[in-house]
Amino acid sequence: MTRFAAAFAKPHPALVAFITAGDGDTAANLDALVAGGADVIELGMPFTDPMADGPAIQAANLRSLAKGTTTADLFAIAAAFRQRHPDTPLVLMGYANPMTIRGGDWFAAECAKAGVDGVICVDVPAEEDPELGPALRAAGVDLIRLATPTTDAARLPDVLNGASGFLYYVSVAGITGQQQAAQASIEDAVARLKAATDLPVAVGFGVRTPDQAAQIARVADGVVVGSAFIDIIAEHGDAAAPHVEAFTRTLADAIHSAKEIAA
Amino acid sequence: MTDTTTLPNSLRTGPDERGHFGQFGGRYVAETLMPLILDLERHYRAAQADPAFKAEFDYLLKNYVGRPSPLWFAERLTEHLGGAKIYLKREDLNHTGAHKINNCIGQILLAKRMGKTRIIAETGAGQHGVATATVAALFGLPCTIFMGAVDVARQQPNVFRMKLLGAEVVAVESGAKTLKDAMNEALRHWVANVHDTFYIIGTVAGPHPYPQLVRDFQSVIGDEARAQILEAEDRLPDVLIAPVGGGSNAIGLFHPFLDDPDVAIVGVEAAGEGLDGKHAASLAGGKPGILHGNKTYLLQDEDGQITEAHSISAGLDYPGIGPEHSWLHDIGRVRYEPVTDAEALASFQKLTKLEGIIPALESAHAIAAAERIAPTLGKDKIIIVNCSGRGDKDIFTVADALGVAL
Repeated sequence: MTRFAAAFAKPHPALVAFITAGDGDTAANLDALVAGGADVIELGMPFTDPMADGPAIQAANLRSLAKGTTTADLFAIAAAFRQRHPDTPLVLMGYANPMTIRGGDWFAAECAKAGVDGVICVDVPAEEDPELGPALRAAGVDLIRLATPTTDAARLPDVLNGASGFLYYVSVAGITGQQQAAQASIEDAVARLKAATDLPVAVGFGVRTPDQAAQIARVADGVVVGSAFIDIIAEHGDAAAPHVEAFTRTLADAIHSAKEIAA
Repeated sequence: MTDTTTLPNSLRTGPDERGHFGQFGGRYVAETLMPLILDLERHYRAAQADPAFKAEFDYLLKNYVGRPSPLWFAERLTEHLGGAKIYLKREDLNHTGAHKINNCIGQILLAKRMGKTRIIAETGAGQHGVATATVAALFGLPCTIFMGAVDVARQQPNVFRMKLLGAEVVAVESGAKTLKDAMNEALRHWVANVHDTFYIIGTVAGPHPYPQLVRDFQSVIGDEARAQILEAEDRLPDVLIAPVGGGSNAIGLFHPFLDDPDVAIVGVEAAGEGLDGKHAASLAGGKPGILHGNKTYLLQDEDGQITEAHSISAGLDYPGIGPEHSWLHDIGRVRYEPVTDAEALASFQKLTKLEGIIPALESAHAIAAAERIAPTLGKDKIIIVNCSGRGDKDIFTVADALGVAL
């Protein structure tokens, strides 16, 4: 069983937690996420031009790059995480240019070597799959695709073709960390997606509080939280880990028990 | 590099159905935008096949923009350089003072066809912002222009023009606060407002079909120039020269001549302080990568982080270039040459004094290349230079560079 399969086979929905590599004490924050109960980790690959991100994650990208974070540093962080946490799935999330600059094959091989389970590339839609998809699949790394409120029924099969690991539903047409989608629209979308795929469906964008997360967790297989963690790291800098762990725990508790309460 | 043995018979047929020019171009956008991009492509194809669309475009170009723009024989500049005859394609005489308006007219007609009710655009120097705000005013659509905060500060006259035209100008505070960041912010806004908003991209970049449709709208420049030079000289020119930032004025002039092998084509990149210093020459100093929806040559470091461009010309101050230019560079059809800030500044003054034409600093880069090339050619040769815009917007920058207080 893959790490993703194991994480989503747990008897409760998954907390998928995002932080940006190189922003704050990343190793300590990753440990805090795991200790607090995160089920899947998304590690943001910093980029100068994060076009799909709101102000919080934009600033995290620039803080990381200002400290000199390189792609080599990113893979070192990922490999060390894998050493410390053999079972927690690790996803790299970022933009096409840093992922493809040395070629998709190089990137996929580095992911495999570092123990990365999956990759989310914001600006490689299904139409540009040859850029990364074949290389990742050949290296045994899952390509996690994004579905959005604008992904219509005609398009969904193209999005799902070649997708693996899990499906990430971007619940708002917009950027990260901004407004939250209406619960009803999320429920409709998740139902539509789950009818079309056996992949677990995680829902993200604009999810900031345990209450919001719990609502979504009643219908989804996972809930992605990012900007709220980034805000904590921005506030506490290199001493953020205890705060990250405490917030993770409140989110995890809310998400993990969401279906029991609903039942 | 592209395999030159498999080049098509015509160089004017691109892009392919997936929006690629060789390895360049494509549709590297977030999934949220992808359905809209596909919808735009469908509407553009329908518009191309609709004589009414072309008729309205032509009507507006003639009666609102003031086309055709003249092809001016620059006799004094020609005499001064002592070589090939130099003609200037006077895009500076268009309404709003540059070639940008040609594309804006085309795109707002598409927006209308698609039933979109809001217009957004990015701008660097403000020329595209002014042109967009102008057509938005003409069509009565609300318009938001994204402009880097640094550019807002150094281009106040254009900011005020946009506001007079009824546009909202958003000063973008992210990143280096220039054109690249304005484009990021416009994309962020678009992704959150796809249902009612049309994004008028200002150059031949961005995701397919933008590079194609902007090129098609700008090709009026080359179509006119071709007819005008045949009338004036009864033959095609020997050399075309145009400045290249994103490259919309250049591709507009070049495209109708791509299949004429005897016409040499030169694109001029902004070399800023020089190629070993800060510059904006993506082809000379960059390598292929992915940004703002397309694959093209980019200024970037070894990890693919985008580096800041620099040019005295705000309109050339961008770390990328349109994908079709990247392809034309790789297959060798167009030669791209760098021109520095200092050379452009000298040519700005020279053209002003010799011809009584104050060119945009962008256009001054092309004049500088013409000064280099014309003396190496015989007097029987003909060069067409794209005078892509007028320089009134640049007088403060030029005064500053010359140490003159206004």
